[in-house]
Order: sequence, then C-alpha cells, then structure tokens
Amino acid sequence: MSVLNLGDREFKSRLFTGTGKFASNQLMEDAILASESELVTVALRRVDLKSNVDDILKHLNHPHIQLLPNTSGVRNAKEAVFAAQLAREALQTNWLKLEIHPDPKYLLPDPVETLKAAEELVKLGFIVLPYIQADPVLCKRLEEVGTAAVMPLGAPIGSNQGLQTKEMLRIIIEQSNVPVVVDAGIGAPSHAADAMEMGADAVLVNTAIAVSPNPVEMGRAFKMAVEAGRMAHEAQLAQTGTVAEASSPLTAFLDEL
Amino acid sequence: MTFESKHSSYNWDEVKESIYNKTAADVERALLATRANLEDFKALISPAAQPYLEQMAAKSRALTLKRFGKVMQMYIPLYLSNACANACVYCGFNHSNDIQRITLTLDQVKQEIAVIKSMGFDHLLLVTGEHPKDCGFSYLKDVIELVKPHFSQVSIEVQPMKTEEYKELVDAGLNTVYIYQETYHKERYAVYHPAGKKSNFSFRLETPDRLGEAGVHKVGLGCLLGLEDWRTDSFFTAAHLDYLEKNYWRTRYSISFPRLRPHAGSFEPNSPASDRDLAQLIMAYRIFNPDVDLSLSTRESVKFRDNMMQLGITAMSAGSKTEPGGYAVYNKALEQFKVADDRSPEVVCDMIKAKGYEPVWKDWDDCLQ
Repeated sequence: MSVLNLGDREFKSRLFTGTGKFASNQLMEDAILASESELVTVALRRVDLKSNVDDILKHLNHPHIQLLPNTSGVRNAKEAVFAAQLAREALQTNWLKLEIHPDPKYLLPDPVETLKAAEELVKLGFIVLPYIQADPVLCKRLEEVGTAAVMPLGAPIGSNQGLQTKEMLRIIIEQSNVPVVVDAGIGAPSHAADAMEMGADAVLVNTAIAVSPNPVEMGRAFKMAVEAGRMAHEAQLAQTGTVAEASSPLTAFLDEL
Repeated sequence: MTFESKHSSYNWDEVKESIYNKTAADVERALLATRANLEDFKALISPAAQPYLEQMAAKSRALTLKRFGKVMQMYIPLYLSNACANACVYCGFNHSNDIQRITLTLDQVKQEIAVIKSMGFDHLLLVTGEHPKDCGFSYLKDVIELVKPHFSQVSIEVQPMKTEEYKELVDAGLNTVYIYQETYHKERYAVYHPAGKKSNFSFRLETPDRLGEAGVHKVGLGCLLGLEDWRTDSFFTAAHLDYLEKNYWRTRYSISFPRLRPHAGSFEPNSPASDRDLAQLIMAYRIFNPDVDLSLSTRESVKFRDNMMQLGITAMSAGSKTEPGGYAVYNKALEQFKVADDRSPEVVCDMIKAKGYEPVWKDWDDCLQ
C-alpha cells in the first residue's frame, strides 16, 4: 500500500481522525492510538491556547501524530484567517483544517468564504485542508489557489449517513491533482472502505468512533477498513456490470466470414 | 417582519386545544418522523405522550449522543445585582419586595471571578435585575470588558436592549444572550408584569430578532414554567425557535427550563410542571430539534439532573449562588431562587465522569469572537 504525500509529510495511515465527542480525553487518546491515525484534527475552541498544559493536547502528544487545528466556530473568511494565525502561533504548526460553517445547525461549509480564506491562508504559508461541499468546481478552484488537499463531505457532519454525495465525489476524485480526503458523514467502516475503494486518498472520521460504545475497537475497525479499501483500490477492483457475458460468443460468426 | 407577527397569527386557546386533542397515533407518528415538525412537537408534549416517555427517552438520548457526543458543557452564573425597577409578581427581585439591594462594584466583581476561576469555570453567565441606573447598559459593558480576559465565553441574562447596544457588547466580548419571554400569553403577561419596562410585551418578544440582527453568536430562549399552561407556552417557545432558525440562520440557539421555585415573595405557580412533565418537555425538544442546546440549572434537584443529563441535556451549571456577591463578597444576602442542587462543581463533575461523560469547560476562544 502506497504512502500518502500530503503537505510536507508522508503518511502511512490514510485514516484521519477528530477529537470531539469522546467520553474522556484518555479514551480519545486510546482510540486514536488504536486507529493508528497520524493526522488528528482538534478544534481551537476546545483547547486552551494560553496554557501550555492543555489536557486535550497533552493526550495528543505523540511523535507520529501531526496536529491539524481546525477553525470550527468562525463564520467568515476574516475570522478564519485571524483564528488560523493565532493557532499557528500558539500550536507551532502551519497545518490547518479550514472550516467555515456559519450555519450552526447542519454545519455546512460556506463555499464563498472558504475559497476567499484559503487563498489568503496559502499566501500566508499555511498548509490548508479545506472542508467543503462535494462540489467538483469548487475543488478545482481550491486546488488552483494552492490548498494541500480538498476535503469534500460525504454527508453533514456527525450525521453518520455515509457517502450521500457519492456521484460528486467520483468526479472530484477523477479531476483532482491534490489529495481528496472524504470528510464528514462517514458513519461505518464500510462507508470508509467504500470511499477508499473509489479512490479517495484518505478519510476523516470522528463521530462514528467517538460515540461508539467501544471507541478503541471502532478505531481499529476503521483502520482495517481504510487499509482494505485502499489496497483494493490499488489492486484494482473487478469491473462490475449488469449485462451477463454470453457463454456462446455473440460475435463468433465474424471469425467464420 | 419580526416574531410578533407570527405570534399574533396564533390563537392561544386554539393552540392549547390542539395540544390537548393530540392522540396516541399522533405521538407514534412524531416518534417515527425523520425530522419532527411543530405539530409533532405538540404531540410529544401532549398528555397523549405520557405513556411514551420511555420511547421518547431512548430517542432523545440517541439523538443527543449522535449530535453532541459524550460531553457536558459547564457554566456558572454570576449575579451582579438584585436592583430592579420591575414588578414581576413571581420574582424575589420585585422592586416592592423589601430586601437589601446590592450591585457589585468592579472591584467586587474581581473578587467574585477569582473564586469562580478557582472552581475551574471558563464559561460565565452574568445576571442582573432590570435597573437602568444601577446596572444598565454601560455598567454591563464595563463588567464584560473586565471579565472577558478571564473567560472564553461570556453570556448575559439581563434586561432586553437595543440592537446597537447588543452590537457594542459583542465587540466587548459578549457571546450569548439568554432572554426568556416568561409567558407568550399576551394578556396574562400584563398581569404578571404590571409595571416597569418589562411590562412591554412586544419589546421583549422581539428581542431575539434584535439579537439575530446584532450578530450575537448564541441566543437562549425559554418560558417560565408554571406561570401559564406550560404545554402551550412551550409550543410558542418552540415556534419562536423555529422562526429564528429560519431567519437568523447563523445564530446558535439554546433552550432553558426555568421552573418556579419558592422565594421571598411567595408566589404560587398557576400551572405547575412536575418532574415527569419537565422530563417529557426536555425529551420532546430534543426529538423536535436535534441540534439545539438544552440547559439545566441548579434549580433542579440532584436526582433529576443526574438522570436527565443523559437524556437530552447538553449544558449544566454547578455550584451556583443566586445572590449578588454570593461567591466571595457576601454570604447569603438574598437569593433570587433557592438552588435545589447545591453540590460543588467538583462533585457534579465526578458524577458526570462516573456516567461516562466528559465535562467541557472551554468551548469557545477569543480568536473566534
């Protein structure tokens, strides 16, 4: 299975994880370690940037884990750029998951503000991973302004609905020159495997692991599903079809002519 | 257009009748709905839903877990003043009550927040009566500026203000405004609020519209359970939420459940809501709206809070003092209401953890303000 080149790093694991909704920070750490995830997103709103003993960050302090601060809570590009700069300074990383969802109900991303902020943040030297709608044109526009990846949604955050946007994801994967990370909506390992089989470069999973009665086992299950899906993609899946192949060839007569 | 035009399109008695006429079939339909609507909400708060509490609890719990996870937001109120020019017949701060009136000075506020910080809190709720001279807009602005460097999230539960004033307070660091209509029954509202600025029903009713326009991040709604028929008032609160979500879609919302408690003025609730009723109401809200914050204060008992925290509630206060200066400056001046859960924040947190939940102290940041 090939490694993933993203930003300035190589990732052995193609499973990215989140840190919200866990029953305790210890359980979060255990689940993330079991998942073998190497890119972990954390909401700025949840960490204490002023203190150097924040409990969430303490539990994520492992050499193989790249922190991916996210801007959840901002409502426009201006707020996002401001928050990103504070995060870079406090957390000493230029990695950023750009999330601008002004709608607090479904947490759906604002495409206009996301593109605006992405352009500015790339210029400021950030490795930008934007959370966006599964919109193929928007993904190309983000690629053009220099984002390190695109992170289209499978379904609304936390909905566990799976790949509701599958047909658009296919187009995005086909057209993209940067890694495609399917973010949000992945509720089961089978959804993750499906995304990977389709050719997604990685998936980001949070709720399905955090809210499971056994987050550690679920983290491990997602790891296996992501690996299986990626391996299958690399090994090339058998074609599926609805037309049966006739056992007596239909065009055999051509040889007789 | 504001919510007032929507409000006046409803007739209280008709709404009440339609709630009480809901049937078991209506409740079952509401429980099966993918996305419940206001008619489903009526069914879920109706007497017909009483035999379905167990199913409601299961659904409410599952929806809350999925949307919010195994976490509980922690906040604490800081009563700044009990000075009040209003005459709310049910309230201990009523201006005609002969009690000692206290408004904390900025120095006293500093003493209070030092104690609050030592308890671990990072989300602070400022509370006052309504007294323009003692604790009006400029006093509140001064207090917000004073406390903001010490807290990630600052909320207020005070008199309604103008849009421009809210904008200024947001710039000073205000995040959330709680504004309870008390009752949506316009005629009865006048009976409960006979004098003072609060007697203006419409100005209060339109406050969430002004908050939406001012860009306040979160708005808390509620009605005072026990004043009028709690089911009908709760329907109006849910309709208010529904209207606000459609019109001010960038704003986050929260529902609180203030229930009348014994106090110095001794007011008897007209339509008391029992524990069972309140549980039904909380679960109905969750099924109606999987995304709204549901908050439960220390007005409620230990047993009720410890159990409801897993059935829909997403935010809790702990260790609350409901008199100005109660944390550090004074001891027992005069409370607005008696707290039923007087456990320390530490004990409440141990309970939350024992239930398999993580207490969340910080869920906002200056960089987002």
